[in-house]
Amino acid sequence: MKPAISFPCICLSGLGLTAALLPLAVSATEVAVPAPRAQELVHMVRQDCGSCHGLTLKGGLGPALTAETFRQRPAESMVATILHGRPGTPMPPFKGIINEAEAQWIVQQLQAGFPNE
Amino acid sequence: MTPATPVVSRRFLLPVLLLSLLTGCASAPAPRGSGDLGVVIERSIGQVQVVNTTSKTALAKVPGLGDLSHASVVFSRDQRYAYVFGRDGGLTKVDILNASIAKRIVQAGNAIGGAISQDGKLVVAQNYEPGGIKAFDAETLELVADIPSVDMNGVRSKVVGLADLSGNRFAFSLFEAGEIWVADLSNVKAPKVQKYSAGKQPYDALVTPDGRYYIAGLFGEDGLAMLDTWQPEQGVQKILAGYGKGEQPLPVYKMPHLRGWSVAGGKAYLPAIGRHEVLVVDTKTWKETARIPVKSQPVFVMARPDGREIWVNFAFPDNGWVQVIDTLEGKVTHTLQPGKAILHMEFAPRGEAVWLSARDDNKVTVFDTRTKAPVAELKAESPSGIFFTSRAARTGF
Repeated sequence: MKPAISFPCICLSGLGLTAALLPLAVSATEVAVPAPRAQELVHMVRQDCGSCHGLTLKGGLGPALTAETFRQRPAESMVATILHGRPGTPMPPFKGIINEAEAQWIVQQLQAGFPNE
Repeated sequence: MTPATPVVSRRFLLPVLLLSLLTGCASAPAPRGSGDLGVVIERSIGQVQVVNTTSKTALAKVPGLGDLSHASVVFSRDQRYAYVFGRDGGLTKVDILNASIAKRIVQAGNAIGGAISQDGKLVVAQNYEPGGIKAFDAETLELVADIPSVDMNGVRSKVVGLADLSGNRFAFSLFEAGEIWVADLSNVKAPKVQKYSAGKQPYDALVTPDGRYYIAGLFGEDGLAMLDTWQPEQGVQKILAGYGKGEQPLPVYKMPHLRGWSVAGGKAYLPAIGRHEVLVVDTKTWKETARIPVKSQPVFVMARPDGREIWVNFAFPDNGWVQVIDTLEGKVTHTLQPGKAILHMEFAPRGEAVWLSARDDNKVTVFDTRTKAPVAELKAESPSGIFFTSRAARTGF
């Protein structure tokens, strides 16, 4: 049973400023999302992304999003897929519903093994 | 000589009668009908609730059905058993009257639903992984036929849109291959399969209530693929081709679900893909007669049993809304917010009420279809599909 992930309450604008000062690639920096929003995102991924990827993230119309399948893929391309979709497939763009930092956070959670609700 | 007197004198007769009546009641429950019963899927806990549409209450819970995060149900022809097809390939025969599992198997890795044959003897599952359909004896759930969905290029597709036709035939579609297949299982030992090219990425399909027209919705192109199963030699015809008018489609966050409930009053009301519209088609000519703008991407577009109204629910992020179209006026007359994440709607057999699952409110709410007001609520854990036994008499359900 995965331990619950703690959500440090670092505000996003502060993080953005810090990231601008650091020479690191964004994907290497751990992104934090405030706790209430993080809970919404966990719910959204499990329930609504889960329409195609499964509540258990083991796949359905869409591929499995388990940590095993996810770890092999570069984070940037996964963030881009979430935000812009995959044309020609049923994967829709989620930009406008979530922002880039939130997409990065989701990818990091998926790579680590996505939390349960 | 006088006749022998009876052993039990009258003094003891009444108490003995009462005692036998009481013991009789304890061992034989009063018989009940199943025509007003149904099941509600509790998607996150692998459980179904048995519900009653007359009392609008839950009667019992049946746990142990595996991954029901997507689930679909068909009923035995005597309306006693619900065959529950689960996402993880589970197939459970649930005894509705006894609220128990009569039989359970796991028949695939990832499955999306199933169908039951015209004569009620075969239950067929449609599978994503491994792609194909499998037929089971409806009584024992013994596997009797297995048809992998391998196309002529050797590619194995996810099967979608399974529907029963007459004569123990089944129509279904192949998502990746873009094909429609019709399998004749009247002799399960020697299934016969006809294959047709359909179009890009069929995502689901319906059969009209008469069992004649099989219509697959397409994701990869604007249009639907239709096969007249009474004249299959005519092949697959495109209907509503180019309905997107060349415009950039809107994002689709959940696939629509197609069934014969779309057909009412000589028309079919179909969800557009990538447009916030219900497309209306004349079922004699198969030409578009209207489009009705709606709030978001439709998922379920369902006619009330009398055909006077069409109820529509929507994909994320607008799944808190439901709209009602009046078919006489040809427009939306009511926009409702019955609860959070309305996943499914099911009409009572004659349509005086509609049951709606509100996943994120952990409730099922019952609406009066005349007044559009809620009349009852049932607690349910993350409810999704709602299925009533009246489906047993409907082709394609």
